[in-house]
Amino acid sequence: MFTRFLFTIFLIPACTLSGTAQKYFSKTAKVSFVSEAPIEKIVSTNNSGYLIMDVATGQLEMSVLIKGFQFDKALMQAHFNENYMESDKYPKAFFKGRITNISTFSLTNEGTYQAELKGDLTIHGITRPFSTQAKMIANGGKVSAEGNFEVAIADYGIEVPKVVRDNIAKQVKVSIRADLQKL
Amino acid sequence: MKCRYTIFYIMIMAAVSGQAIAQQEQDLLSLLGREETTEYAAASFKTNRVINLHSLENTSSGVLDAKISHRFGFLNRGVYDLFGLDESTVRIGLDYGISDLWTIGMGRSSFDKTYDAFIKYKLIRQSSGLRNNPITLALLGTAAIQTLEWANPKRDNLFSSRLYYVGQIIIGRKFSNSFSLQLSPTLVHRNLVRTTEEENDVMALGIGGRIKLSKRLSLNTEYIYVPSGQLDPKYRNSLSIGFDVETGGHVFQLHFTNSTSMIEKGFIAESVGNWGDGKIHFGFNISRVFTIVKPRE
Repeated sequence: MFTRFLFTIFLIPACTLSGTAQKYFSKTAKVSFVSEAPIEKIVSTNNSGYLIMDVATGQLEMSVLIKGFQFDKALMQAHFNENYMESDKYPKAFFKGRITNISTFSLTNEGTYQAELKGDLTIHGITRPFSTQAKMIANGGKVSAEGNFEVAIADYGIEVPKVVRDNIAKQVKVSIRADLQKL
Repeated sequence: MKCRYTIFYIMIMAAVSGQAIAQQEQDLLSLLGREETTEYAAASFKTNRVINLHSLENTSSGVLDAKISHRFGFLNRGVYDLFGLDESTVRIGLDYGISDLWTIGMGRSSFDKTYDAFIKYKLIRQSSGLRNNPITLALLGTAAIQTLEWANPKRDNLFSSRLYYVGQIIIGRKFSNSFSLQLSPTLVHRNLVRTTEEENDVMALGIGGRIKLSKRLSLNTEYIYVPSGQLDPKYRNSLSIGFDVETGGHVFQLHFTNSTSMIEKGFIAESVGNWGDGKIHFGFNISRVFTIVKPRE
């Protein structure tokens, strides 16, 4: 009887702990990209990216709605959705992966950490292995994250017709900023 | 007995917590729920015109759309007129998007030396997500002033005789990425008509659609049915078939139509061309957009 009791008290916290393991999230992650080509510089931002990370496992996931990207020119936005990203078919871009060095972080204390991210990036319906670095700043229970990386659009099956090849860069610079809070 | 209980208990607990962990690993993002956004159907047509008819689309907010529309002469003129190329009718127009819901525009047609203006309001926008609407519904009001010299200057001519008004409901849906269809019930009011047999108010029903052939090319068709008895029998229902070609900031619309006029009161109630006799025009609309006011971040 006593053993059973002991196991019960031992297991219940273990179970609840795994259920509420420390997670941070944001629903307002800012995702912007810049395409710098000889003729044209295109800048676009989406302020409603979803990001969630689990400190216990280092797991990190992010998704962004393609239709949420705002451009200076309405026609550019229409072409981005219709001709390049085909957002009716592929409404989201997302990353699913892991911070491989999460064990060295202690986000409850103040500090800046260099996160090594590794996982799969899906854009335009094409999933490819992807790794990058991101900076994480812990400050009083809040964590802000920022990362910059480049994406070769041809890798994700995004075709650029010859007439506009000087208007659209082959490598697009992406930057992500997010203020995360505890879930 | 005690021991067996304990093992059973451990197994259940392990299974429960294990499953919980597995679920987290699979889908962390689902913890945040679905994005609470409304996605409006966009680009049901490449421009705000099907061919002559207004389409489901408005000019985007802050965007000026300069349009040059052109109809050559009737094809059946043969080689003498180089299949109509010697003749031309032009409309030059400007459309502006005050907001994503309101568009205004004006133009001047060489046909009957007519000035026109319109206002278009999107009452319902096809959308999915938080707000779900299966259709788009827009309202269009146009006015036109014909400025030809009076046929009989000695008569007591009234300025109001030059005026035409059109009210139209545009209702339709982007069924898929490549197929859109719309209906346009219309009322055309003419202050003055040529004969007493003709009605001042003409009811008509337009239908327009497009099929995308590739990302930058679509096939458009429109037909406007005018129930008989309202117009002189010499007038025919308008039928137009053409292509939209999109190149960056331009949309070229190339088409064949039996209507000479490019504004509602004209192509609905004054089309004399006949497809059967080759009395059709080759024509084009060129649309070029300029961003006047950039959207705020």
